[in-house]
Amino acid sequence: MGTILFELALTFYFTATIISVVEVFKGSKESSRLMLIITGIGFLIHSSSIIYRYFAAGHLPITSMHEASSFFAWCVVLIFFLLEYKYKIGIMGSFILPVVFVLMLSSSVLPRGIHPLSPVLQSYWLGIHTFLAFLGNASFAVAFGVGIMYLLQEHYLKSKHLHGLFKRLPSLQILDEINYKLISLGFPLLTLAIITGALWAESAWGSYWRWDPKEVWSLTTWFIYALVLHVRLTAGWRGRKAAILSIIGFSVILFTFFGVNLLLKSLHSFV
Amino acid sequence: MKVLVIGLNHKTANVELRERLAFNGPKLEDGIFSLRNVPEVREVALLSTCNRVEIYACVGNANLAADNIKDFLSSFHSLLRTDFENSLYLHTGPDAVRHVFRVASSLDSMIVGEPQILGQLKDVFDFALSKKTTGVLLNKLMKKAISTAKRVRTETRIAENAVSVGFAAVELAKKIFTDLSGKAFMLLGAGEMAELAARHLVNNGVQEVLVANRTYERGCELAKEFNGKAVKFEDFLQELVHTDIIICSTGAPSYVLSKDQMQKVMKERKHRPVFLIDISVPRNIDPLINKIDNVYLYDVDDLQEVVDSNMLERKKEAEKAERIIDEEVEKFNKWISSLDSVPTIVALRQKAEEIKGEEFEKFRNKFPGIDEPTLKAIEYMATAVMNKLIHPPTAALKEDTEDRDELIAMIKKLYGINGDDNEE
Repeated sequence: MGTILFELALTFYFTATIISVVEVFKGSKESSRLMLIITGIGFLIHSSSIIYRYFAAGHLPITSMHEASSFFAWCVVLIFFLLEYKYKIGIMGSFILPVVFVLMLSSSVLPRGIHPLSPVLQSYWLGIHTFLAFLGNASFAVAFGVGIMYLLQEHYLKSKHLHGLFKRLPSLQILDEINYKLISLGFPLLTLAIITGALWAESAWGSYWRWDPKEVWSLTTWFIYALVLHVRLTAGWRGRKAAILSIIGFSVILFTFFGVNLLLKSLHSFV
Repeated sequence: MKVLVIGLNHKTANVELRERLAFNGPKLEDGIFSLRNVPEVREVALLSTCNRVEIYACVGNANLAADNIKDFLSSFHSLLRTDFENSLYLHTGPDAVRHVFRVASSLDSMIVGEPQILGQLKDVFDFALSKKTTGVLLNKLMKKAISTAKRVRTETRIAENAVSVGFAAVELAKKIFTDLSGKAFMLLGAGEMAELAARHLVNNGVQEVLVANRTYERGCELAKEFNGKAVKFEDFLQELVHTDIIICSTGAPSYVLSKDQMQKVMKERKHRPVFLIDISVPRNIDPLINKIDNVYLYDVDDLQEVVDSNMLERKKEAEKAERIIDEEVEKFNKWISSLDSVPTIVALRQKAEEIKGEEFEKFRNKFPGIDEPTLKAIEYMATAVMNKLIHPPTAALKEDTEDRDELIAMIKKLYGINGDDNEE
């Protein structure tokens, strides 16, 4: 049952992604609405698959790479819908759904078994720490998509070739504003995730900070986004520079998420 | 009955002739009432704009009607027929329908896709409707023209792109800033094109307007016109720090704004985006400024290029629009031709009902002892027989075939439907 729901959600996201890619080349109001509806259905099914797994495992399903990727994708879609509700930018899906699909696809190829929770993880911190971390990372993921949209639109305006997506992309000001909002949302979430992580580490392993690769890379991410916010407020690094930084930031997150787990040895072995 | 369009527009007549044939103010009402009384004209509406004068009519004999309308135009405007006859175009039947649809959809306009014409056409029909000079046919034609125009508007992108330099500037500004209402705008120098573009920006919500002109008095005049503030020309660099949109047209022989200066300005305004439009020839703003982050510089050629490529796109969209109009014209023609058979179908059914009623009455008088339920059953049967009998001719009448006129005549003869043959 859990598997069926997951596969179904993956299929819907896949379809929506295909539509969103076609949308880039040949968009219409109808295809845009269709993409949103299909993503919405996928999101509902995805939510129920997570809830199902929550009851099957007895804890938030976020303790294996399979579960974590899937939950990450879920958070991204959640933020995408919140933005869509507020700004109604149909073309945004074309830049965010591919990210969702890649996350879901990685989730689907990873082992799906439900393992008993190791004693260190049995703590209320599990829910709090991971939820904060994923919501924060998901904001950065969407900021990544919006950053690409900004760079594209800026390119159109600077080069004065005003065709292609120029008409359908929103204004630079809106894109920059969304980017800023997402990072202002993601940054405190990430900060809290690191703090709760440290508290949890103290209670589980006896020390707040062990320079574990996961911890180091999370801190790197934190510094990048702290920098993004800092230079924006002090030196007025907005627009293109902010967009580029948010793209770099998300690449580091992806490395922290996949790279550290798969390549480096980490205490933070689960996710 | 036939639809007829007779008129002239910017393509067939010069402005002088259009003026002389225009129906302005009270002339419109006089004109439409006089037209209503022109022999062979049964329904009429009248459009008079600066680019066209057109008469839409529903007529009996088209040639006669056209001739009478020309006579009317000549006497109404006190012109010789030969003065304007060569500039007139005349469409009848399906061609007339197509013409009305194309006009409404703005395919026949000077600037293809401009939206005013649809509103003007709506006014024309409202006016004709209020004066009761139109009937079934023209009312339907108008409704269809409006719905076709709307279909063209939603299904093609014909009206989407700016086709004037001023509008192109507004369109670009909206892609940089979204909402122009909170933005500060500065007019640097003056000039017709710059003022026109400035007016477009103000119409699109820009509230704070600054004018910097070399002659301060001229600047004050312009500022008054835009409800803005005049500043000294020497101070414009300081003003740039809190100005978001600048139109420059100073007529200076060299650059008045260099890259270094702009870089300093950007630092001071914390890199908030700036949109610079340089309409001057030779250019007044160093083109290298476009390379600075968050600065968008367009010169007059850039804007013209935007306009040209938009024009091209409109032409492509116009082809799509023509196909939509083809479809709608065909639908409308079907409706017109079905009109002719409708009275015959109604008459045929009436005749059959009459016969049934009479025969049923006779039968009841002949056999008075029959109870009510049986009578009901018999009447039911009679109705069924009648329906079966008139179904094939009715179906044949509804069919859209070439020899339908003959068919109508034949059915009238066969069933003894004596014609109220005047088809009004």
